Amino acid sequence: MAQARSGLSRLGLGAAAAVPLAFLAVFFAWPVAAIIGLGLGRTGVAKTLADPSTWSLVAFTLGQAAAATLVALLAGMPVAYLLARCDVRGRGFVRLAITVPFVLPTVVVGLAFRAVLGDAGVLGIVLANAFFNVAVVARTVGGLWAHLDRRAEDAARALGASRWRTFRTVTLPALGPAIGSAAAVVFLFCSTAFGVVLILGGSRLRTLETEIYLRTVNLLDLSGAAALSLLQLAAVIAALVVGAVARRRREAQLKLRAAQESLRRPHGGEWFVMAAAGLVVLGLVVPIVGLLLRSLSTEDGWSFDGYRALATGGAQGTLAVSGVEAALNSLRAATDATLLALVVGLLAAIVLSRVRGRGTGEALDVVLMLPLGVSAVTVGFGYLVTMDALPGDFRTSPLLVPLAQALVVTPLVVRLVLPVLRAVDDRLRQAAATLGAGPLRVWREVDLPLALRSMLAAAGFGFVVALGEFGATSFLARPEAPTLPVAIARLIARPGELNEAMAYAACALLMVVTALAVLAIEKLRVGTGEF
Amino acid sequence: MLEGCSLTGPTPAPPGETKVVLLTHESFAVAEGVFAEFKKQTGITVEQRALGDAGALTNQLVLTKANPLGDVVFGVDSTFASRAIDNGLLEPYQSPEAAKGPQRYAVEGSNALSAVDLGDVCLNVDLGYFAKQGLAEPKSLDDLADAKYKDLLVVSDPATSSPGLAFLLNTVAKFGEDGWAGYWNRLKANGVKVVNGWETAYKQEFSVGGKGKRPIVLSYASSPAAEVGEDGKPKTKALLDTCYRQVEYTGVLKGAKQPDAARKLVDFLLGEKFQAQVAEQMFVYPAREGVALPPVWQQVAPQPQQAATLPAAKVAEGRERWVEQWRKLVQG
Repeated sequence: MAQARSGLSRLGLGAAAAVPLAFLAVFFAWPVAAIIGLGLGRTGVAKTLADPSTWSLVAFTLGQAAAATLVALLAGMPVAYLLARCDVRGRGFVRLAITVPFVLPTVVVGLAFRAVLGDAGVLGIVLANAFFNVAVVARTVGGLWAHLDRRAEDAARALGASRWRTFRTVTLPALGPAIGSAAAVVFLFCSTAFGVVLILGGSRLRTLETEIYLRTVNLLDLSGAAALSLLQLAAVIAALVVGAVARRRREAQLKLRAAQESLRRPHGGEWFVMAAAGLVVLGLVVPIVGLLLRSLSTEDGWSFDGYRALATGGAQGTLAVSGVEAALNSLRAATDATLLALVVGLLAAIVLSRVRGRGTGEALDVVLMLPLGVSAVTVGFGYLVTMDALPGDFRTSPLLVPLAQALVVTPLVVRLVLPVLRAVDDRLRQAAATLGAGPLRVWREVDLPLALRSMLAAAGFGFVVALGEFGATSFLARPEAPTLPVAIARLIARPGELNEAMAYAACALLMVVTALAVLAIEKLRVGTGEF
Repeated sequence: MLEGCSLTGPTPAPPGETKVVLLTHESFAVAEGVFAEFKKQTGITVEQRALGDAGALTNQLVLTKANPLGDVVFGVDSTFASRAIDNGLLEPYQSPEAAKGPQRYAVEGSNALSAVDLGDVCLNVDLGYFAKQGLAEPKSLDDLADAKYKDLLVVSDPATSSPGLAFLLNTVAKFGEDGWAGYWNRLKANGVKVVNGWETAYKQEFSVGGKGKRPIVLSYASSPAAEVGEDGKPKTKALLDTCYRQVEYTGVLKGAKQPDAARKLVDFLLGEKFQAQVAEQMFVYPAREGVALPPVWQQVAPQPQQAATLPAAKVAEGRERWVEQWRKLVQG
């Protein structure tokens, strides 16, 4: 029965699983294990674990991540609803406005939040983390929501259920897997947030991630860093397992429909949800506009000096290349990373959607998500001690940047595509198989059309994430080929008005590139039609 | 779409051509044509790779000791010099150019590192603020603890920023092992603000540029050169009696694939052509004697005559303990 059920043979599944697993083994597990192993080989691990301050770090890390996840969920849900269900003008703008924060360099957002909130401490960290991640919620949940068959809700309403009750008992359970997916991703991003915590936490608030960075990069305390990395891994795995179990309880095959069918004009109480979504979007747009204004303002008034400087390398050659070249580097690396992540992520999602054996599926799922929960410095330093073993001393390969970015993008692809693939009614596949379609044909005729939209969404979103990725990129980017976020960090680390203006202009350029990428994907998505 | 352009790596050196790989910190910059000049003189091509700040650079060298990423390192500073030497990362080499000034900053008991430049970490003041308030600018570290300057100072965290660490070392050098903690208590009582890094201190808290409120900031002796207004007048000034000197070194890596070429590059980094452009490019002072500073520097960013230093070995021995004590004292 397994074959008829899945449409793919056990062998085929195994082959499909081998690619993502091999990718993760070589570019993630091996370097991370090597660097942690170096630390474990020394004394000091037990000392770090016995230190009570270590445990307050764990508590603070998980606490701020949980709070930020909650805020991102509360803010993201109305936006998801707007995007998925409401036939109102400006949805494209909303999609843009929620996506741009994702690429903004943390140092810039950190400084912007600091300018507004001052030393807000924990509150600042939670809000900034939520600011970055509203898009994850809105896109992941919105992606599934758009395809939910509205007739179940309409039936509940016809039977007299209130709007709220219908949402609670019909819609929410169906969205469960997507909400769980989004929460897991956001939680992982927030628990390993680095720049935000450094800048907004002042020198008092610290997380596992900032402490791992400090011990690895500044102190060369590898045993302490290894102990903390293991703690972080344990916490992340625990969170992922809880998430996976919760998803399994709610998972159900759903009737999916074309997105256009579920769009309606909002009416009645729905306008309150629209208003909430509008407030969220406003909250995201204000800092963005603030940054744009800053890129145009100097002490002597408005000026395009920063933008003009983009054609150069900044004052006294701060950068080895011009801002425009840095933007091109970003585009190239992000393209490669997205292609890699699409291949790896899609294969993984297909495998995950078919493996229903208890344990195996969840384990694979957790493994695929782990790169989001491991510190970029651990991965970056791990590359240093392992990658010379690959042909041609891979440590210096320009491919390392897209590979490291793909590590971050792949889990997003999986999370965006998987809820849709899992929701596909298996009877459709069985019907196709009964009618004589081979496994590939079944995939092409049944799964692909249903998943195409979320695949394109995943590609677009992944591309944007790769554009903005800073942690791993900053370790691996070569000086003659910096990406835009790396260039911005460098510009902002120099005194002088021109460098500052150029840093903010480069931010604006990053936003424009992002906006164009989002628009292009929107066009593509519309172009492909539905079903 | 840009079809995988990054799959094309750097063009490999043509056969018969020597290529030397220079590992640097991320703030490394060189004027156009300087390395072309080196190539003209020696036939050797330079390929540069940046590996983070001075600390990250040193630590990555330690991790890759068995199979180094390059031939020459530039940017290990006096704070991390001992770590590089004690870990045996470098080949001993005494450049003939070192006698022309760099030798003054040699690490005691080792000839593996040659000084290229000096970065002086000093407090900077907002000249406009002090003129407007009719308040005399502070002169010394002691002044900063004076009630006149309450709530005016912002510095960066020694645990997360290299100027922050230099400032902590400065207080150790000035007040001694037994006195620095007492000084920080006085600073704390006088409202010193500590932020994570130089960026936040200078770009968010410092009053020049109208963004922050604090008119005294921890930065570099050279920073005023970047803050000259269109009228040619400086907006800031470095307090030259509050400086701590970080020397940046170069050296040949043990296990270098091109040891001969590496030594030639070290000579070149200490030579006149390279030294003449380090000020403009990297905001530091050349280690070589008799190299002219850019005109604007001569007016607003002169090199401090007196800067505090600590011996590399002493820094290596005490750094982590001091940072840990500082964290308990100031943040605890």
